[in-house]
Amino acid sequence: MDKVAFIEQLREIVKPYAKNQAALANINASTDFINDLKINSANLVDVVLDVEEKYDIVIQNEEMERMLNVQAAMDIVEAKLSEK
Amino acid sequence: MSNRVVITGLGVVSPNGVGVAAFREAIKKGIAGIRYEAQMAALQFSCCIGGTPDVPVALQQQYFDELELKQLSSSGIIYGVIAGMDAWADAQLTVPEGDSPDWDSGTIFGAGSSGVDKFREAIYKVDELQVRRLGSTAVTQTMASGISAYLGGKLGLGNQVTTNSSACTTGAESVLLAYERIKHGHAKRMLAGSTSDSGPYIWGGFDAMKVSTFKHNDQPARGSRPMSATASGIVPGSGAGALLLESLDSALARGAVIYAEVLGGNINSGGQRNGGSMTAPNSAAVQRCIRDAVQAAGISAADIDLINGHLTATGKDAEEVRNWCEALQRSGKDFPYLNALKSMVGHCLSASGSIELVATALQLKEGFVFPNINCEDLHPEIAALVDPERIPQQLLYKDIHLAAKASFGFGDVNACIILKQYPQP
Repeated sequence: MDKVAFIEQLREIVKPYAKNQAALANINASTDFINDLKINSANLVDVVLDVEEKYDIVIQNEEMERMLNVQAAMDIVEAKLSEK
Repeated sequence: MSNRVVITGLGVVSPNGVGVAAFREAIKKGIAGIRYEAQMAALQFSCCIGGTPDVPVALQQQYFDELELKQLSSSGIIYGVIAGMDAWADAQLTVPEGDSPDWDSGTIFGAGSSGVDKFREAIYKVDELQVRRLGSTAVTQTMASGISAYLGGKLGLGNQVTTNSSACTTGAESVLLAYERIKHGHAKRMLAGSTSDSGPYIWGGFDAMKVSTFKHNDQPARGSRPMSATASGIVPGSGAGALLLESLDSALARGAVIYAEVLGGNINSGGQRNGGSMTAPNSAAVQRCIRDAVQAAGISAADIDLINGHLTATGKDAEEVRNWCEALQRSGKDFPYLNALKSMVGHCLSASGSIELVATALQLKEGFVFPNINCEDLHPEIAALVDPERIPQQLLYKDIHLAAKASFGFGDVNACIILKQYPQP
């Protein structure tokens, strides 16, 4: 998967939830959803649902728990797509 | 400690007008907000007319951010937030910035139920084994207190934030509960009001009970007919009304515009005894509620200029008028002016009392009696109790000093409030 393209897609997905627009503009692999983007923790489930819809995958509870930053999201999506 | 309490802000989302300016114009002109509802017809309702406020997306965007709107399908929360924030702004109050909420301000904002459309989506998902796809707002949009929770966050309220629920008495009750909190010094300002969802999933039960009219599908604007000989049931409505209540001291210190003073009132129940039931009022309790409200307000029944009734356009309107006559010991030409807002907006259920109180507050401040529409064929039992001249069908400009508003609800519950004109400086 192309890392730059994935981050771009993820930026669009998290855009409505991110309260820190500056961090969103500089989103990269190490960006943390809660600490950097200031996404309300309750909205993390919405981010996961939107990611599922975008890539047509199903993310399990355990994976959801660790999907807290861009790198983790990329790893999980990549693994799911390779299983297809 | 006993504070005087005044109304310093109004907000309204009504089937015949969204925003105080549009609503004022509509009620003065006697414009009905009842329309044919194609969705109800498609769902084979007997009653295919209703009152749904017009809240286009562009308007919603002024009150909710993009993320909130992405997931919002609770019409009651949309109506209530618009009305509530409007009342706050109308009172010239600002929203606190920074970490400290406004400890002196709270809200008691009622609802009959919350987010029925969101609830429907959630139920379908659960039954399709998709509980994990409900998203993050299925709870906040369907909890009964959803509306007060949304308003509390948007306005930074740090005092009591709660939702009351007592069927069609809800709106009037919210104002009395808020009044008492300020009177006793527990808050300086309370946003009182109520909201009701719209649509077939909230109105279906009334259709099933045959309390909604099925005789006016071809002439919606003439369908809601309180006090008429041809009244044949309610027209279901929806929306929200909001009143910013404030201690007189706080209002004067801020130099706020005062719409009216809340003198007090009464809330009671007929206990579903003596003719009262889950759905019908115990007349002795209704009369007692009105009398106790007059007493609590410290006024004489003879001085009431205007009554804003509950008057739903079912067969119970004559009984209500009789109860007013008995309770106030006034009838014929001596009866106060009588208004039925439901003739224009239908029965807005849990929102009815607050929308009707917004109308009453405007009438006190601006000195008018709005026209009662659709009662050109006044019910003979009502005409025998009250001189028809007291039930005006044309707009009247009159100084109104004292107004009484009552609401009654399923569960045999009653509320009556007395509002007084506040002399303008």
